[in-house]
Amino acid sequence: VANANTGTTLTYDLPPLPFGTSALKPMIGKKTLETHHGKHHAKYVSTLNALVAGTSLEHQTLEKIMKASYKNKSKPAIFNNAAQAWNHSFYWNCLKPNGGGVPNTNQHAKLVEKINASFGSFSEFRKQFADAANTAFGSGWAWLASDRKGNLSVVKTIGADNPITSGGLIPILTCDVWEHAYYLDYANLRPSYVDAFLDKLVNWEFVAENLERAIDSGRNWS
Amino acid sequence: MKLSATVSTLLVGNAAAFSMSMKSDTGAANRRDILVKGAAFAAGIAVPAASNAYSVPDLPYGFDALEPYIDAPTMKIHHDKHHGTYVTNINKATEGKDEVPILDLMADALEAGPVRNSGGGHYNHAFFWDEMAPHAQASKTKPSASLSAMIDKSFGSFDEMKAKFEAQAAPGAVFGSGWVWLAVNKKGDEIKIIGTPNQDNPLMKGVCDEIYLPVLGLDVWEHAYYLKYQNRRPEYVSNWWNVVNWDKVNENFEYVVANHVGVSVRG
Repeated sequence: VANANTGTTLTYDLPPLPFGTSALKPMIGKKTLETHHGKHHAKYVSTLNALVAGTSLEHQTLEKIMKASYKNKSKPAIFNNAAQAWNHSFYWNCLKPNGGGVPNTNQHAKLVEKINASFGSFSEFRKQFADAANTAFGSGWAWLASDRKGNLSVVKTIGADNPITSGGLIPILTCDVWEHAYYLDYANLRPSYVDAFLDKLVNWEFVAENLERAIDSGRNWS
Repeated sequence: MKLSATVSTLLVGNAAAFSMSMKSDTGAANRRDILVKGAAFAAGIAVPAASNAYSVPDLPYGFDALEPYIDAPTMKIHHDKHHGTYVTNINKATEGKDEVPILDLMADALEAGPVRNSGGGHYNHAFFWDEMAPHAQASKTKPSASLSAMIDKSFGSFDEMKAKFEAQAAPGAVFGSGWVWLAVNKKGDEIKIIGTPNQDNPLMKGVCDEIYLPVLGLDVWEHAYYLKYQNRRPEYVSNWWNVVNWDKVNENFEYVVANHVGVSVRG
C-alpha cells in the first residue's frame, strides 16, 4: 500500500512509476526505466517480501525494517533489499518530465532559502551534489538531506545505505548512481547522466514537500 | 539491442579509426610503447613507460572475439574507457614516484583513495583480459592436473567449485560492484573463492584474513555486463565460463604456487 504522504511504501508493494516509461526520454530511456523499475526495483521488493515473511518484521514499514536490520552485518540481505526498495521508491518521486533547473523562489521559498543558507548559493549546492554523485565509487547514491531544522547537506552513500540509517538525517532528494541507473543511456559517462538529472529531471515539488515534512516537528521517522 | 545515441558515439568515436575488430584505441601511449620498447613490449612483458608509469595493455584478441558471451560494445567500452580511466587516475596518483610494476602497489593499497581504487582497477582489469580467449580456443583448454587436484581437495570437484563460484558471484553475495576470485594462499596449499567489493583484490593486505594470490577473476561490476545482460548477472556469469582460457589460469596457478607472489600483468 503506497503512503501518498511520505512517498514511501510498506512492504509487499512495487509502487508504479509516477510517469510513463517513455516520459523521461532522452535523459533516461524507456529500456532503462522498464529494467530499473520492472526488474531491479521489483526484485528488491520480492526478495524483501520473501525474507521477512513469517518474521516479526513482516508488517513493519520500510523505515522500521531498515533501522532494525542496519546493524546486522552478518545477514545484510534484509537491510540491502529493504533499503534499496525504499531508495528506489524515493528516487522515482525525485524525477519528473520537464523538471530540473533551479527551484522557483516563489513556489518553493523555504527550499530556496534553506539551500542558500546551507550552501551559500544554488550553484554551490549543484557543484557539491554533482561531485558527490560523480565520485561515489562503485555502486551508490548521492543525497540532499536535512536535519529537523532544515539545515541541508550533501551526502554520498555506498550500496543500499541512505542518510536515514547511516546519518540520522532526512533525505529530501536522491540520485541513483549505481551503473544500472544510467549505463544503457550513458555507458561510462556518469557525469552526463548527473547533469541531465540536475538540469532536466529533478522534481523540485517533491523536494520542497520533503523539506516541509522534515521541518514539521510532527513527522516521526521511526 | 538498440544502443542510445551517447553509447553509440562512444563506440564510433573517431569514425576513421572505427572497427570492431581493431585493437584497442587508448591513445598515443601504446603506439609509443611499441616503437620505443619493441620486442619486449611485443612479447607482452610489462615495462613501465617513460613518463606515464602505467598503460592499458592491448587486448590479446579483437573486441568481438568473446561474442556471443561478452559482446563487442562492452569489450570496447570496458577496455578503452573504464580501464582507461583507472590507468589515467593511477598515473596521476603516482606521478613523480618511483616506477614499480602495478603488482607491487597491491599489498599496501588499502588506504582509501587512488591506489586502492585506480591501482586495483588497473591490476584487476589487466589480469582479467589475459585470462579470457575466444570460445573456439578456450573450449580446448581445461584445468591442469595440479590445479584440478587442489580444486578437488578444496571443493570436492570442479563442478562444485563452479557452483560455489557462481553463488559468490550472485548479486546477493557481491552486492553492488566487485569481483569474484579463485585464489591460492601464499603457502600454495589452499585454494579459495573470494568476493571483493569495488576494485579491491585479495593481494591487498587487510581485504581477507591473509593475502591470497588470484589465479582466476570475474568482474561483476554492472559495466562488465549491463549492455547485453542488464539485470541478468547470473546469465552473464554462467556464459563467461565459455571464454575462460584455462591455459592461462594454469600458468597463473603454477606461477603463484612456485613463487608465493601474485601474477604480474601487462601495462
